[in-house]
Amino acid sequence: MEKLSLGGQLVQYLFTGVTVGSIYGMVALGFNIIYNVTEMINFAQGEFVMLGGLIMVFSAKFLPLPVAFLLTIAVVCAVGILMERFTINPLKNATVLTLIMVTIAVSILLKGIAMFIWGKDSYIMLPFSGTEPVQLFGAAIQTQTFWILGISGVVVLLLTLFFRKTRYGKAMLACANNAEAARLVGIKVNFMVLLSFALSAAIGAAAGAVITPISLMEYDRGALLGLKGFGAAVLGGLGSFSGAVVAGLLLGIVESLCAGFVSSGYKDAVALLLLLLVLFVRPSGLFGNVEAAKIKKF
Amino acid sequence: MQDRTALLSLIVLLVLFPVFVTQVEAISHYLDVMIFVGIFSLISMGLSLLMGYAGQISLGHAAFFGLGAYTSGILCVKLAVSPWLAMVAGPLLTAVVAYAVGVPSLKLKGHYLAMATLGFGVIVRIVLNEEVGLTGGPSGLSDVPGLKILGAPLDSELSFYILVWTLVLLVLVFCLNVVHSRIGRALRSIHDSELAADAMGVETARYKVMIFVLSAVLASLGGSLYAHYVGFLSPSSFNLLFSIKLVMMVVVGGMRSLWGALLGTWLLTFLGNEWLHVFKDFDILVYGAILLLVVMALPEGLVSVVSRLGEVRKRGKESAG
Amino acid sequence: MSAMDARRHQPSELLHVDSLEKSFGGIRALQGLTFSVAEGSIKAVIGPNGAGKTTLFNLITGLFAPTGGIISLKGETISGRRPQEIARLGVSRTFQNVLVFGRMTVLENVMVGRHIRSRASILSTGLRLPGMRREERQIQARAMEYLGFVGLEDRAREYAGNLPLGEQKLLEVARALATEPKILLLDEPAGGLNTRETERLAEIIHRIRGRKITVVLVEHDMNLVMENSDEITVISFGQKIAEGKPREIKKHPAVIEAYLGEEADYLNSPAGRG
Repeated sequence: MEKLSLGGQLVQYLFTGVTVGSIYGMVALGFNIIYNVTEMINFAQGEFVMLGGLIMVFSAKFLPLPVAFLLTIAVVCAVGILMERFTINPLKNATVLTLIMVTIAVSILLKGIAMFIWGKDSYIMLPFSGTEPVQLFGAAIQTQTFWILGISGVVVLLLTLFFRKTRYGKAMLACANNAEAARLVGIKVNFMVLLSFALSAAIGAAAGAVITPISLMEYDRGALLGLKGFGAAVLGGLGSFSGAVVAGLLLGIVESLCAGFVSSGYKDAVALLLLLLVLFVRPSGLFGNVEAAKIKKF
Repeated sequence: MQDRTALLSLIVLLVLFPVFVTQVEAISHYLDVMIFVGIFSLISMGLSLLMGYAGQISLGHAAFFGLGAYTSGILCVKLAVSPWLAMVAGPLLTAVVAYAVGVPSLKLKGHYLAMATLGFGVIVRIVLNEEVGLTGGPSGLSDVPGLKILGAPLDSELSFYILVWTLVLLVLVFCLNVVHSRIGRALRSIHDSELAADAMGVETARYKVMIFVLSAVLASLGGSLYAHYVGFLSPSSFNLLFSIKLVMMVVVGGMRSLWGALLGTWLLTFLGNEWLHVFKDFDILVYGAILLLVVMALPEGLVSVVSRLGEVRKRGKESAG
Repeated sequence: MSAMDARRHQPSELLHVDSLEKSFGGIRALQGLTFSVAEGSIKAVIGPNGAGKTTLFNLITGLFAPTGGIISLKGETISGRRPQEIARLGVSRTFQNVLVFGRMTVLENVMVGRHIRSRASILSTGLRLPGMRREERQIQARAMEYLGFVGLEDRAREYAGNLPLGEQKLLEVARALATEPKILLLDEPAGGLNTRETERLAEIIHRIRGRKITVVLVEHDMNLVMENSDEITVISFGQKIAEGKPREIKKHPAVIEAYLGEEADYLNSPAGRG
């Protein structure tokens, strides 16, 4: 492969950044959906992505891609529902610490189950539409990148429609605003919590399924993905959907540029340092409301 | 006082343990496991103060453990510093890092504090992995020297056992004293209502940082001992899973009690080093299941079972008498 | 009434609030509030819900800083300072939604009140030095005294979270008194109490005044307020609308108008008119 010009390298890193940033954005969306309804952070969010990737690899061997994709989403969605029903719903008046411990326990369990089924190996699958990269602005871009951007875009669009136009979506937003009032007007908050977990799991699964052809997937990738996705969520203002998407892209680009021009070993640390920075300096995030954040239980 | 009886019982058990265990060939290696129990107990007692008493959380304490271990390791291996001196340098360095991280982190609460400490822990592990020149990277750091007292090397399991557990007992007594004092009450008041504690004049921010630094220093001390006992360090021992195991030791045993931390540490260390060997790598399934069960069914930890039994007995005596 | 507007610290004045303003984002909770509390008196602050009374307390105790104006204690500015400093200077309080330390015993709750009047460091407590042990005994003894003051000595070993509401409110008073305040802010101490408990509370308030501690009372129970305060300040929508002795306030037209409710019924009742 010919050596890329500096401009070409830049384009390459930008595309990588935007690609991986879309994934972070989707993970962040998952965090936000659950946070908005329950005010809790689901530490197992990254595991949904991991499961999405591994199940997709497995099912794509026997089924046509679109079917495998939908199956993956359905299965992980079911996992999310089971998680909510068995571990979250019973703990109605739990302390924050208990909720943290519970989602951590579930994430460990999911990791263990994944290791049991798939072992410790990294799995790869063929990109959705072939391995020939596309030449663009002096860089070689994987076709999978466009799939990722496309699917992320569709996810964001569907979510927006869901929240603006459907009854359930509007009900979920109402819960996010004021759970007590929502309950009083007859919204079944319990069901909204269940829905939030199902949605988050589905989105996570989609992200995992679509990134695996590029970056492989193994049983213990969940923690780091979850952390970075959380970083994007906080950076964009916890609870803000548009913020999550923008922050995710931003995070991905910064990480990719650092990996390319500075050091690839510390690539993961970049996102984490940004996370710490945001939490320490401006927990309301780039786009969050500072006054509102003061009332939030930071 | 209950604590005094518990302490005496513990001392008796600790003295009898090696005597008994060395007689039975099949479990003679339990002495080695108990050394690890002691080392981890230093960390878990600190965590118990932080989580159970002050009501905070840290998902990154493996980082402080690692900082202590690697400081000792690097100073001894690369700079031929005396291990005892390194064991003073380690906690000092850790205290500085813990303070720098603690001050901004402890302004956060709940999930955000958990995430911040989680992030910090992973960053340290990455640094340990990447700075190959300093730490040996993923292949690890080996030939960390053992400890010597007055020229005599502590190279038997028994001698290390005595060293570690003497230290644990000293720290335990110190922590028990702190718990039963105005400082212990201040910590617990922060846990129950930080707002009211502020209004009563308790320096909540200062205490939170202080107890965070103390717990980090204890973890670092444990790390140094670990380095000199095992002689070999690898970044994968100081990962997120270990941080979670540390938290589990405190939660499973019973957060609101130092004895709970000791109980949880003993149980989880023996599980990990001994009884779960049959599961090999799948021991994490067992850990996840235990954590889930305890958190959902027995949130006050195992120690609460013990104290509830005590209450039942007391009530039985009262009604019988 | 005119003495309140003087800017220089009046010798008998303990607390002075001057042109106090507080806004939260777009909401103006308090505007241009000025009043004083005379040393050794019992001052009540009343007003309809949402008038800004708890915000006032939160500002005085340092929970947040005012957006304008000054609060001073005996001439010394306390607004903008940290709650811990203000507590050490002698301002203590109880909370409207009772904030006892639920998982600590009743006695331990009051002992936390002694925290700022004690000194043992972490080193001396860890090593259990004799000075620390002596101080511990003193802390416990004084705490029992304060429990006795409010009549809760028998409950000393029980967990505060298990107490009925009325006793939790008394516990908060004992805890606040343990800090040896010069001025005690009571935030709706009678909320949720029955008649007998309220009478007990009133008696305790008078004994507090007997100990030369100034009391500021935010309350909705008009009986309690009218029978027990030396002076009343009325706040509505963040502004002072009236100030004076109870009998003046009862007849004040702006006050009656602001309330327009049960309080107004009280003010029009035989007890109120008397």
